[in-house]
Amino acid sequence: MRLSYPADIKIIQVPCTGRVDILHLLNAIEDGADGVYVAGCLEGECHYIKGNIKAKKKVEYVKKTLAEVGIEPERVQMFNLSSAQGARFAEIANEMVDKIKELGPTPIKKNHAA
Amino acid sequence: MSDLKSGSNLEKVLKAGHFAFTGECGPPKGADVEHLKEKFQYLKGNVDAVNVTDNQTAVVRMSSLAASKLMIDEGLEPNFQMVTRDRNRLAIMSDILGAYALGIRNMLCLSGDHQTFGNNPQAKNVHDIDSMQLIALVKKMRDEEKFMNDEDIDVAPKMFIGAACNPFADPYEYRVYRLANKIEAGADFIQTQCIFNMDKFRDFMKKAVDMGLHKKCYILAGVTPMKNAGMANFMSKFVPGMDIPASIIKRLKGVDKKNQAEEGIKFALEQVEEFKEMKGVAGVHMMAIEWEHMVPEIAERAKVLPRPVV
Amino acid sequence: MIVADQKSLKEILAMVKDNKKILIVGCKGCVTVCNVGGLKEVEILASIMKIARKKQGNDIDIDIKVLERQCDNEYVAEISDIINDYEAVISLACGVGPQFLSEMYKEKIIYPGLNTTFFGGATEHGVWEERCAGCGSCAIHDFAGLCPIARCAKSLMNGPCGGSSDGVCEINKDTVCIWDTIVQKKIKAGQLEDLIGVKGLKNWRTARDGGPRRSIREELVQGNI
Repeated sequence: MRLSYPADIKIIQVPCTGRVDILHLLNAIEDGADGVYVAGCLEGECHYIKGNIKAKKKVEYVKKTLAEVGIEPERVQMFNLSSAQGARFAEIANEMVDKIKELGPTPIKKNHAA
Repeated sequence: MSDLKSGSNLEKVLKAGHFAFTGECGPPKGADVEHLKEKFQYLKGNVDAVNVTDNQTAVVRMSSLAASKLMIDEGLEPNFQMVTRDRNRLAIMSDILGAYALGIRNMLCLSGDHQTFGNNPQAKNVHDIDSMQLIALVKKMRDEEKFMNDEDIDVAPKMFIGAACNPFADPYEYRVYRLANKIEAGADFIQTQCIFNMDKFRDFMKKAVDMGLHKKCYILAGVTPMKNAGMANFMSKFVPGMDIPASIIKRLKGVDKKNQAEEGIKFALEQVEEFKEMKGVAGVHMMAIEWEHMVPEIAERAKVLPRPVV
Repeated sequence: MIVADQKSLKEILAMVKDNKKILIVGCKGCVTVCNVGGLKEVEILASIMKIARKKQGNDIDIDIKVLERQCDNEYVAEISDIINDYEAVISLACGVGPQFLSEMYKEKIIYPGLNTTFFGGATEHGVWEERCAGCGSCAIHDFAGLCPIARCAKSLMNGPCGGSSDGVCEINKDTVCIWDTIVQKKIKAGQLEDLIGVKGLKNWRTARDGGPRRSIREELVQGNI
């Protein structure tokens, strides 16, 4: 399968989404990322039992916290798919990029650069 | 006369063996004395004493002490309610002395609805002492003529001490023992929570009688006539500690809406008739909530008039 | 432990709205255990505050430091070399922390980042409940090992009141009627007689009502050694 996904995305691999930390997500936004999303296994199919559920809760926390300071919570998302769903991976990447384009650049970046 | 604890009308009526009939009146949300006096007129001569509620449901109203005094001025006998929610022991003792000085002779000792329910949920709740300890305190002030700290009182307040009892709260099996504790603490009379579940109350009274509690204390059964099925539904769902059997709501719903009030009164009258015969019950406490003008008719139809003069 | 909640971001951001450089100080004591003032929470707060200020186009410099405890002066002294680099300090500790900081660094503005709520413990991961009111004269052994002062909404010594229903307190469905629990436990143990009779008035002098309190362990006071 030679599926293409947008070059806008930088992939950071972790052994399990349970390893994803609230700080990873916040620091990405703080450092100027327009959006960040977590791609975890399908719910109920975590190899470490509940890693993806924990990640989901952390993503929800970050969305809520960002909303409190006026950042669009949609800039942070969680998706679930299996490692066999290559096409779905590309589809999600496009979906996320479209969403971010719709929202526009992060309000953080320009100040950060200044 | 000398063996009377307070000499209040309520005490005399009960001591003489009459079936007591007490009423209730909530002070206004304001200082509208005229409206209060109007409500008094419906109660005057139809009851032996009138409970004056103390910021009931934790909603601020005219003080029960002031309203009790206004009641005395109109020729009625108040049963001054005091909750421990809003006063520490200093305020409690000073209000007891003040109440006695103003001619108040009956007191109902309560802990009070939690302020969460009222219109000032931000308030600090005091609860320096609880209702059980309040009973013991009023008794100590009366019988030992001492304050809680054992200092002497010059002229001691001689109160007829009342307490509440809710046989419908949990844990049920403990409720009769808690009643016994209140009597041991010094309660002379008990007014129960509004009774709707007659089966449960019969069972409760049997237990109380088996323990001999009715011989140590006068137990007045609480009755509230329902105005309509909606009120029954509301009380069942939202008033803590209420036990309203589905059959009562069904009975009210079973009649035309305009006749529901009459049906509610009929049920209350049936209750009064049963309480007159029920072993251990010394009277009825009629809580016609915001329905004071119906009390003359209810008293008449309950055949408790005229009230005895002792 | 002492349990606390973080203040709202809105409140914290308003406190430091005029500051450009601040220090957030965490505490490795109770508030680390209840996940509200440890290293992780300090880092998260710093990050979200920077995000918020960048968005306003009003960047803020935030450094962080987590002390062993904020309720012992020897640890509070650890920031003496750096504290003057900052306009203000946010303390993520119980109410003791910001006061020890204020007392040692008298010129510095110290903001509380937490609301201290109660003495309690975790009943499950992420859920803490109150157990103690710090009244200064423990009598839980008189109440089947459970405290009605801290856990009854009316602090009744002679409960349960008429608002107890199905083991739940009248104030809300999530609050256990501790008096129901006490009575049930006593009945089960065949010790109902312990609940017969009136428990006397509580002496509140040992509680906060007697004024601010102080504990002295003579054998530990330096001057005595």
